[in-house]
Amino acid sequence: MQNEWPLWEVFIRGQHGLSHRHVGSLHAADAEAAIRNARDVYTRRNEGVSIWVVEASAIAASSPDEKGPLYEPSNDKVYRHPTFYDIPDDAGAM
Amino acid sequence: MYAQMIKSTGQNVKSPEEMDPQERAFQERVDAGEKIEPKDWMPEGYRRTLIRQIGQHAHSEIVGQLPEGNWITRAPTLERKAILLAKVQDEAGHGLYLYCAAETLGVSRDHLTRDLLSGKMKYSSIFNYPTLTWADMGAVGWLVDGAAIMNQVPLQRTSYGPYARAMVRICKEESFHQRQGFDIMMKMANGTEAQRKMAQDALNRFWYPSLMMFGPSDENSVHSAQNMAWKIKMNTNDELRQKFVDQTAPQAAFLGLTIPDEHLKWNEARGHYDFSEPDWDEFFDVLKGNGPCSADRMEARNRAWDEGAWVREGLLAHAEKKKARKVAAE
Ligand SMILES: [Fe+2]
Ligand SMILES: [Fe+2]
Repeated sequence: MQNEWPLWEVFIRGQHGLSHRHVGSLHAADAEAAIRNARDVYTRRNEGVSIWVVEASAIAASSPDEKGPLYEPSNDKVYRHPTFYDIPDDAGAM
Repeated sequence: MYAQMIKSTGQNVKSPEEMDPQERAFQERVDAGEKIEPKDWMPEGYRRTLIRQIGQHAHSEIVGQLPEGNWITRAPTLERKAILLAKVQDEAGHGLYLYCAAETLGVSRDHLTRDLLSGKMKYSSIFNYPTLTWADMGAVGWLVDGAAIMNQVPLQRTSYGPYARAMVRICKEESFHQRQGFDIMMKMANGTEAQRKMAQDALNRFWYPSLMMFGPSDENSVHSAQNMAWKIKMNTNDELRQKFVDQTAPQAAFLGLTIPDEHLKWNEARGHYDFSEPDWDEFFDVLKGNGPCSADRMEARNRAWDEGAWVREGLLAHAEKKKARKVAAE
């Protein structure tokens, strides 16, 4: 019981030229087995054309406590959005 | 349901004034329909209750493979066999999605498994009933998966993100389960006299255990009130049971089968069917581990775990050897 297989996070690319998206996790002894398991667990109905697996312990994540310091600096930069600029209709499609 | 009788704090729901600021902020997020994610702060009771609920749900999916697995080798046609195999494989997948949601709360899958195997954690009472004939495969898909869907559809809106996302996946797959069950029932109900009798007998045996899946009335339960405030329970047990009966009664009539309840009757004033309660003493007895197949199910799960030990250990040893070789070569 002590020897639990490591946890892998699974990312799958859907059919339509999308990026890989996180779909869940699973346990497997190694990466090869993790991909095989991911095929069985997460793509039983053709949900994907490509699978990435990465050991969960290898993922670094931002912490929810830093939400403020991390994202607030972009809040006051409204000029990054196209709607900031008032272009007259006469200028034509843009 | 697949998670029955989930206890929470055992206390009345706190008013906003009684909550500390962190708790209040959390409850406000839940009330606003925001999802709680694994690394967010959450009350300890919320985390513990969710582990219990998701874990029990996962165990039910896993143990739930046994009554149907029982018929895979004896399915009447190759097509039925392939369908049943796919359905049972889906249930294994559902168990895995749910274990992975539970693991985001800081408990390991092996830990949950250990608690199932020791009898400390429960699984749904429904899987402690035997599947005696092929018609039971129809009744299980139609009624048991049907009842599960009633409960799982609203849970797609549950407050805990990983649980809600697992539910979305599961619900997508469940409708095939119920339809293949109903399809079997249609064939049987319209077949020979012996087949029709078999279908009726399956309905007779699975009707009340299916009603029990929703759990006893919990309108006055403090656990239920807290779980609903946290949005890890979306409806009362009675609401869901009523919905299930309302949906199922016309389906039984369509099949030409009789629901084994002389009091089942459409109530125009209520806009619902009236029906008889199941035997709740039987329910509590089954939950305690005294169901007709309880011992069998636990024995089967324990055996699978013990007999799989060499595979788990062997693959891990192989992976470590490979890793060591790779490091040495670099
Ligand atoms: Fe399921
Ligand atoms: Fe199912």
